[in-house]
Amino acid sequence: MDDKGKEQRFVALCMLGVVLFNFPVLALFNVGGSILGIPVLYAYIFAAWALVIALLCWLAER
Amino acid sequence: MLQGPVIILCAFAYLGVLFAIAYYADQRADAGRPVIANAYVYSLSLAVYATAWTFYGSVGRAASDGVGFLPIYIGPTLMIALWWVVMRKILRISKQNRITSLADFIASRYGKSALLGGIVTVIAVVGILPYISLQLKAVSASYLILVQYPEIVMPQTLGETPMREDTALWVALLLAAFTIAFGTRHLDAAEHHQGMVAAIAFESLVKLIAFLAVGVFVTFFLYDGLGDLFGRAAAQPKLRAMMTPLEGVAGGYASWVWLTILSMMAIMFLPRQFQVAVIENLNEKHLSKAIWLFPLYMLAINLFVLPIAFGGLLRFPGGGVDGDTFVLTLPMAEKQEALALLVFIGGLSAATGMVIVETIALSTMVCNDLVMPVLLRMRSLRLNAQPDLTGLLLGIRRGAIVLILLLGYLYFKLAGEAYALVSIGLISFAAVAQFAPAVLGGIFWKGGTRMGALGGLVAGFAVWFYTLLLPALARSGWLPIGLLEQGPFGIALLKPLALFGLAGLDQITHAMIWSMLANIGAYVGFSLAASPGVDEHRQASLFVDVFRQAGEAGGARFWRGTASAPELYNLLARFLGVAAADDAFEDYAKAHGRRWPGDGLEADAELVHYVEVQLAGAIGSASARVMVASVAKEEALTSDELRELLDEASQVVVYSHRLEQKSHELEAATAELRAANEQLKELDRMKDDFVSTVSHELRTPLTSIRAFTQILLEHPNVDAGQRSKFLGIITKETERLTRLINQVLDLSKIESGKAEWQESRVDMRELIGDAVTGMSQVFEEQAIKVDVELPQKVPPVRADVDRIIQVMLNLLSNAAKFCEPGRGQIRVALQTQAGALRVEVRDNGPGIDPADQRVIFDKFRQAGDTLTGKPQGSGLGLHISRQIVEHFGGRMWVESELGHGACFAFTLPHE
Repeated sequence: MDDKGKEQRFVALCMLGVVLFNFPVLALFNVGGSILGIPVLYAYIFAAWALVIALLCWLAER
Repeated sequence: MLQGPVIILCAFAYLGVLFAIAYYADQRADAGRPVIANAYVYSLSLAVYATAWTFYGSVGRAASDGVGFLPIYIGPTLMIALWWVVMRKILRISKQNRITSLADFIASRYGKSALLGGIVTVIAVVGILPYISLQLKAVSASYLILVQYPEIVMPQTLGETPMREDTALWVALLLAAFTIAFGTRHLDAAEHHQGMVAAIAFESLVKLIAFLAVGVFVTFFLYDGLGDLFGRAAAQPKLRAMMTPLEGVAGGYASWVWLTILSMMAIMFLPRQFQVAVIENLNEKHLSKAIWLFPLYMLAINLFVLPIAFGGLLRFPGGGVDGDTFVLTLPMAEKQEALALLVFIGGLSAATGMVIVETIALSTMVCNDLVMPVLLRMRSLRLNAQPDLTGLLLGIRRGAIVLILLLGYLYFKLAGEAYALVSIGLISFAAVAQFAPAVLGGIFWKGGTRMGALGGLVAGFAVWFYTLLLPALARSGWLPIGLLEQGPFGIALLKPLALFGLAGLDQITHAMIWSMLANIGAYVGFSLAASPGVDEHRQASLFVDVFRQAGEAGGARFWRGTASAPELYNLLARFLGVAAADDAFEDYAKAHGRRWPGDGLEADAELVHYVEVQLAGAIGSASARVMVASVAKEEALTSDELRELLDEASQVVVYSHRLEQKSHELEAATAELRAANEQLKELDRMKDDFVSTVSHELRTPLTSIRAFTQILLEHPNVDAGQRSKFLGIITKETERLTRLINQVLDLSKIESGKAEWQESRVDMRELIGDAVTGMSQVFEEQAIKVDVELPQKVPPVRADVDRIIQVMLNLLSNAAKFCEPGRGQIRVALQTQAGALRVEVRDNGPGIDPADQRVIFDKFRQAGDTLTGKPQGSGLGLHISRQIVEHFGGRMWVESELGHGACFAFTLPHE
């Protein structure tokens, strides 16, 4: 992958993160209840965080 | 087991291990086999981001508002995605310019301004003090809590005991001694502290393991897994509310967003982060691993924050135990002595890691960008005459480390008690965020100037001081609290926590909005207000276009002046020591195929620049510039010269641009040539066709002429009737031959433009009459009836009479040829149209196939072939006729239907 393409993908990934960890997406999960015993909001934040890190890894190492 | 001496012994043992690691790494580095030169150590060293704040404070924050602590770690995850763009550039710039600190970076970018470096240093030191005091508070508090074991007593409730006072002071002094031993053992020209980095990486492992251990203990031993823990918490209404804590957009989400932005800045601009990420970086390639390993580290260390917080809230329901201490007090309450001790060591590692790197980074700044520039300017000190200044430099740094830690202790005494750990840390985050416009603007925008950076930093810092630091001091009782409640001098609009009436936001959000507004506004405003000087222009170009520079020598192009090599050597020896100066000069000489000190070195611009860069590594770029200027007489560059030099750099770009353009032109030319070639080939083919067609047309009559003459020659006794018939055929074929040759000549004249046209006013009525009369004999022979319809009067046309007659005769003879013998009928008509005369010649022959109509005007095309079985002309007549008509601006076409005759028509414009 050329440098410019890689730069653009990183910037796009940052933007994805901004969307995932912001109003209004965050508000969708700011509800009661739980998934596998973990409150929905906590489960969502950590899952989304792990997703972003996985994408970072995939992008940085190729 | 957990008595004071045991705890202290463990702490010292831990510090001893750290020191051993650092010592070993330094030894390896000196031997040229560095242990820290890999991406994993680099990633772990970045985790110095996680301090005692993370270790103790996150749980405290989570215990009060759920997920509110997470933006501090999500922000860096988002920022690190941009590192590929931003950090790679900063790394490249720093390596090329031997940047030694954040202050050096900013000073260097804006024309190596000593004033700017000094201001950045002051902001960094003042801004970081709360953060350092936080570490002192955490370490001393954790010691004070642990030493009360098995009781759980909060330090606040101990009252103002001498022991409590002393602990923080002792911690500060101990850390100062430790940092001095770590960071200022010798002076490195590149400001690399490999031993320190190795120790920090180890500390990152220790604090992660300790925290995960508590997390696993609370979640799986104290409770029955996450489901059980959260389930029990959810049973309590107060705790259940914390599971959806983002209610109310104004407060919740705004503060969430600002915390994210704040921590995005912090991961770049905290002096210690800049130190480990930029200054200590050995290889740009390590970035690829750190980009995902470091966020993963943060995710891991945050996994159990919420379980521990809820565990603590469930275990200590009364509220008597501070959330900031849950990590320690939970194992203590469960009588887990070893775990409690591990936690204490983990917290200690988090705090010491932060303090060591932060104070080393700050002391470098204080020395290079604050003290040295001042000392060097004080001529009475005669520093220029000193043979060796390395001792002085190390002394300044050591003093700075002690001073910074004591100031941290002072802040702890003044304001530390009024705030939770996280709130103290955020004040520092907001301070370093003020560097963002100057640094980010500086590496992407050439237009940013020294005045802009100065204005932005001062304005942002002033607002920060007023809206965050002042309230902290007031709340601790050191300033009248009325300042906060009524505003200074009772002016409500100037209340530090609701500036200009902006209320309803949390303190950090409020401060960030105003300080960023002031900072960015002043930076952009001042930058645009005045044009930059020569120095700023040059540095802006070096920084922003770093990926287009050719390496370290890039800066040498900007220097003009005279110097001597021995003087430069002496200068370097004074600051770096004789050994380091020898090394540097030997390297330089070797790179240029010379020997030092055997051969003399030419003190050209490159050597001067080389020395300045080496020096910058030790004393910062602003001071290095002053020092080099003292031995090298520099001729100031005029702005014209500078522009010229910058143009040189752009020249390369221009050349490559031109090259590209040339190759485009070449491509276009090639395409044109190809098209021309195609056309030529087509013409060649047409010529071949023409020649072969003409030959064919010529051969047919020639063959018959030859055949009949041969008969006459070989059979002299042929009777008279037969002979005259043969001679008749020969004559007719000869005529046909002549006609064909005439037409070919005619055509070639017309097509080559050599035909002679004699224009005159032509009356078409007359002309048509003449043509029909000329053909009357033919018509009579074939019994063809001719109707001519002519108007009374028509306007004249400008044309060549003979040529138009030729056209008419051609059409009439064609019509005659195709008429039905015996019942033939030809109708000739002339009409006046808008601007033109129209002539029609209609026959009642078999008509022309639509497919033939399209090609009938082409050369050697004959419609009659298939119908009559025998060629009835040269196939050039219609083609020539159309050429003639078109020459006079007219048009010629045919209308026909099979079985209903054909109508040839043409127009000629009238006068």
